[in-house]
Amino acid sequence: MIRFEHVGKDYAGWTAIEDLSLTVEKGEFCVLIGPSGSGKTTTLKMINRLIEHDRGRILFEGAEIRSFAPEELRRRMGYAIQSIGLFPHWTVEENIGAVPKLLGWPRAKIRDRVTELLEMLTLDPERYRARYPRHLSGGEQQRIGVARALAANPSVLLMDEPFGALDPVTRDTLQAEMLRIQAASGTTVVLVTHDIDEAIRLASRIVILEGGRIAQSGSPREILAAPANDFVADFVGRSDRGLRLLAAERVGDRMRRGETAVGEPLTVDASLREALSLFVARNVDRLPVQDGSGALIGAIRLADLVRPPPSEAAP
Amino acid sequence: MVKNPVLLVLVVAALAAAIVLSFLSHAPNRLLSGQPVPWGVVLEGWRSLAFAPALVLLAGPFLPNGRITHGLVALAASALIAGMIWLAGDVARSMADAAAPAARTSFGGAFWILAVMAALAASDALQKLTREPALRIGLALLLAVPAVFLVADGFIDALSIMKEYANRHAVFAAAVTTHLAIIAAMLVPTLAIGLPLGLLVHRRQGLGRPIFAVLNIIQTVPSIALFGLLIAPLAALVAFAPALARLGISGIGVTPAIIALTLYSLLPIVRSTAAGLAAVPTAAIEAARGIGMTRGQIFRAVEVPLALPVLVAGLRVTVVQAVGLTAVAALIGAGGLGAIIFQGLNASAIDLVMLGVVPLVGIAVLADLALKLAGAMLKARTG
Ligand SMILES: Nc1ncnc2c1ncn2[C@@H]1O[C@H](COP(=O)(O)OP(=O)(O)OP(=O)(O)O)[C@@H](O)[C@H]1O
Ligand SMILES: [Mg+2]
Repeated sequence: MIRFEHVGKDYAGWTAIEDLSLTVEKGEFCVLIGPSGSGKTTTLKMINRLIEHDRGRILFEGAEIRSFAPEELRRRMGYAIQSIGLFPHWTVEENIGAVPKLLGWPRAKIRDRVTELLEMLTLDPERYRARYPRHLSGGEQQRIGVARALAANPSVLLMDEPFGALDPVTRDTLQAEMLRIQAASGTTVVLVTHDIDEAIRLASRIVILEGGRIAQSGSPREILAAPANDFVADFVGRSDRGLRLLAAERVGDRMRRGETAVGEPLTVDASLREALSLFVARNVDRLPVQDGSGALIGAIRLADLVRPPPSEAAP
Repeated sequence: MVKNPVLLVLVVAALAAAIVLSFLSHAPNRLLSGQPVPWGVVLEGWRSLAFAPALVLLAGPFLPNGRITHGLVALAASALIAGMIWLAGDVARSMADAAAPAARTSFGGAFWILAVMAALAASDALQKLTREPALRIGLALLLAVPAVFLVADGFIDALSIMKEYANRHAVFAAAVTTHLAIIAAMLVPTLAIGLPLGLLVHRRQGLGRPIFAVLNIIQTVPSIALFGLLIAPLAALVAFAPALARLGISGIGVTPAIIALTLYSLLPIVRSTAAGLAAVPTAAIEAARGIGMTRGQIFRAVEVPLALPVLVAGLRVTVVQAVGLTAVAALIGAGGLGAIIFQGLNASAIDLVMLGVVPLVGIAVLADLALKLAGAMLKARTG
């Protein structure tokens, strides 16, 4: 879907991005992470030509991005900028409906879409629709920024620290919502964050940037299991690495189908880290597992977190 | 003790004026200077009741701050102005009966100062009463209704200023029209040059310095000098191309006035255009680019509306400044209210001067209010 080939970018003679090669497949959830100034925003903005690259090629759906008119390219990619940038003279509804309006959607369709997005982002449509951005909290503004990016069902979603200003509970809700949207629509997402836990939760692939180069790229599990160098090891957290590894895997991957246990069940989608937390909190070494519809389908043991269960117990 | 120092200052100034100056003066004819009409005559009998609202204003500075106090002060100020106008009209009528037809009764210094102080007190009270500009302006207009009604209904026709008006109401109407026409005409080139120049300054930061340097120099040239400076080149131009004269262009009159007013107005317009555009949040522009708006769409849908409140503030300064400068332009034959003022000054006829000054102030205040209201409404939308 998006392909960087030996891309470089200089700011006034100083190299910000060097020889960056990266392919983001269709439907992938790619998270760019790295310290401040490592080039995350620059990389993201090169995709929709807000920043023009100096070297190499960037391809979108197989065609070089320079073959598209910048406006056309941008309308096909939702974009949530780091500083939110809502239009202060437009209502929430007008802000969210900006891209659909540019694309010439009929009014009623825009209105319905705004309602749908506000509900999805846990904001009451009737309360928020007609408000101006200055009457919104920072977190609410950020959600409107995300809604604006999602509005026209873009095939690619570019998001620069979209959950930075949110409280942990709202962030958690929106991360879950993001995963649901992405799974349901098959949108390709490129998201920038500072937060490694957010990256592990959301990403199908994490790209760690350091000083304008890719330090390591891979699935959360690959990176946590085998950090490529000291920088990555530090970045993913030396002492928390094990816990983060657990966070990167689902209960469904390690459970024993058909086995039974007593107590309140876990869901298959829960992470192993949540499972560990429950083992400790409940003071047990065995927990029942239910599927999304609430039917009991098996159990998981404490030891399974360390070592996958024998294969004959697996489905 | 003192709850409203602003009002106290106004009251003290008004009292001082009332003691030192006369409320009305009376002269056998319009060219002789008048003798003060004693306060005893002015306040004779039940007429003095017209000053009753002044008691509220005297007490005002010491009343606790609150909606009721501010409301009372505003109402009392309005009632006082109307009362004084009515009183002056009544006194003038009674004196006119006794004297020769050429005799003149004029407003004295105390009337003007009391009226201005009362207007300022009302404005201060309204400002404290509500933060909503639209409401404030509406109330101000409402409070002016009694005074306007009295004047319009002929209550002060016996006063000299209204006699001057009656003698030349055709000239007066033409002067007001000319005055407004000059301002409207100067806005065309001002906006046509100023807006693009402001945009240019905003887009090319390097050009700001030289452009503002030139505009600042123009601004420092005294208005009379600038009007004078334009006479010679324009006269030469017309001599060179007589066709221009047939278009009404000449070294004196309206043409140099509009050119000079435009030159003065460019600085505030260019400055506020550039400042307004600079105040547009960069994040909003970046987001607009990011969602795929074209440059033109960003300019129309984001930059212009967000820059507009600052621009309107600049326009307000420009128009109010132009109302005053247009009066000076009468010196080079542009006409307008200035012509009436200068005529009065030459003849030492103070009422004739006032006949020019009062509407001048009125136009300036109304223009100021209207553009303030426009600015506030825009601001309410853009935040
Ligand atoms: N327009 C610019 N001109 C010069 N240098 C720039 C410009 N934009 C970014 N840089 C520099 O390029 C480097 C990478 O910037 P970038 O914004 O991509 O970082 P980032 O990883 O997004 O950082 P953060 O996490 O703080 O947002 C930084 O050192 C920054 O100072
Ligand atoms: Mg950034």
